[in-house]
Amino acid sequence: MQKLHRKQQQWMPIAFLAPAVILFSVYVIFPIVQSVWLSFYQWDGLGEKTFVGFGNYIELFQDGQFWTAFVNNIYWLIFFMLAPPIGLLLALFLNQKMMGIRFVKAMFFFPFVISQVVVGLVFSWFYDPSFGLFNKFIELFGFQPIAVLSDPNVVTFGIIAAGLWPQIAYCMILYLTGLNNLNPDQIEAARLDGAYGWKMLRHVILPQLKPATFIAIVVTVIGALRSFDLVATMTSGGPFGSSSVLAYFMYEQSIFNYRVGYGAAIATVLFLMMDIYIAYFLWRMLKSEKA
Amino acid sequence: MFPTPIEKRSLPFNISYRVAVWIALILWLLPLIAVLLTSARSTADLNAGNYWGIPSQWMLVQNYEQVFTQTPMLRYLLNSIIITVPAVIGAVSLSTLAGYSLAKFKFRGRMGLFAAFIAGNFVPFQILMIPVRDLTIHMGLYDTASGLILFHIAFQTGFCTLFMRNFIVGLPDELIEAARVEGVSEWKIFRHIVLPLVRPALAALAVLIFTFVWNDYFWALVLVQSDDVRPITAGIAALKGQWMASWQLISAGSIVAALPPVMLFFAMQRHFIAGLTLGATKG
Repeated sequence: MQKLHRKQQQWMPIAFLAPAVILFSVYVIFPIVQSVWLSFYQWDGLGEKTFVGFGNYIELFQDGQFWTAFVNNIYWLIFFMLAPPIGLLLALFLNQKMMGIRFVKAMFFFPFVISQVVVGLVFSWFYDPSFGLFNKFIELFGFQPIAVLSDPNVVTFGIIAAGLWPQIAYCMILYLTGLNNLNPDQIEAARLDGAYGWKMLRHVILPQLKPATFIAIVVTVIGALRSFDLVATMTSGGPFGSSSVLAYFMYEQSIFNYRVGYGAAIATVLFLMMDIYIAYFLWRMLKSEKA
Repeated sequence: MFPTPIEKRSLPFNISYRVAVWIALILWLLPLIAVLLTSARSTADLNAGNYWGIPSQWMLVQNYEQVFTQTPMLRYLLNSIIITVPAVIGAVSLSTLAGYSLAKFKFRGRMGLFAAFIAGNFVPFQILMIPVRDLTIHMGLYDTASGLILFHIAFQTGFCTLFMRNFIVGLPDELIEAARVEGVSEWKIFRHIVLPLVRPALAALAVLIFTFVWNDYFWALVLVQSDDVRPITAGIAALKGQWMASWQLISAGSIVAALPPVMLFFAMQRHFIAGLTLGATKG
């Protein structure tokens, strides 16, 4: 009996893990390796693969389209970083007790629950040059209407603004949860010491919100680098590729232009950018695990 | 509590706060309110440029009826359900098993495995796109619901395992140890002791994954191409191209596409937020 037991203890964890590990390896881990490997080949997706070494990467770094998409990704990263502070402001604003506040909070969170495709449609409509609310609004202030989604100079910012809408909602909910779990003794003590307003926020509240801030920044970075749905639904990367991002550029090259090896190289670049954050997140997570 | 509770402030402050909250909410949801109103407009209204006023004629029923009878929207909606429900069940089941194993057994390499699940969950989809598409084609599952379901189960298992493992780690060891001493088999321990304890986490996870899978657009583009299998996100995007000027229909379609996750969110709000904010309070 005891023996059977020890045996069970040895193979049971493996049996429990096996289905998840196998499926995850087949669909996630192995494809990463395959994509990196493919990025050294020229391939149309059907015929023979030709080894080209770093050929795809050399071409990539000379491709104007790549740099446009790359710079746009940087814009996404920078401007998406507005989501955590704005989310914090909203959370501070809404962290009160009054009738209907639960409903209000839920409605503020609303944009995160709906599909990005719908967000994209909603904002295409919002930006429409002839009747969109955005132009009605700026006309009030005496500005000329702007065709946000067909002007290469502003299109990316228009899409980022649409992306910020659900992202702010997400950060807000993270901070609301954080604010709910504050240590009331510390706040009372600080109040007795005469801390209030900004001073209180800076020295007492924010340090306690650190875990929420960490998660908010991680999900925001991931969201910025994953931006695909909005670009695809709002502009398809246009006009003239000016609103493309690496995720969309890769999809376009592989599916429409049959340049699969080239697409794999773009994906690898995006993956390397993401790796910095993944590594940082893992390091934090495993460190707290050991503590 | 921070900021200072409004009960401790003056009456004028209280009144202006309440007014400000509702105004902020309306501004925040303005783009959505516009779409909602538009889905009830008539073509005549749209042609006359009445985009923002009150509809002169309420066409709510007619517009939604048209969406369901003249477009494959009903089919898309059904497809989304066919894809999402099995994907949620699959991912949650596999990860509960895996999470239990990673949380309550000590064996070499478990931290490494755990790290792989976490890292895999964050990778950009594009690095998976070509091999997953080829694999799906080779298995004969391209343009089938099963192809999409399998991928979603596999990918969501990363996040789910992270979630379940962290939840199960917090459960007391004593119960499991006591059962082991009694000679209860490992499977029975899982089935009768662990599973009842993780029920709240299962609910939170299921709601969250439902929303993620339902809202997926990228994989619906990459793994599916016909109207017979296309989920609603890809369906509505395709319809946008065809209905260029029929904004009242696009709006109605968008509302239909958004409704199921929204209803689920409102029904299970606490679970949803608990799932989403996992780790936002400690770590």
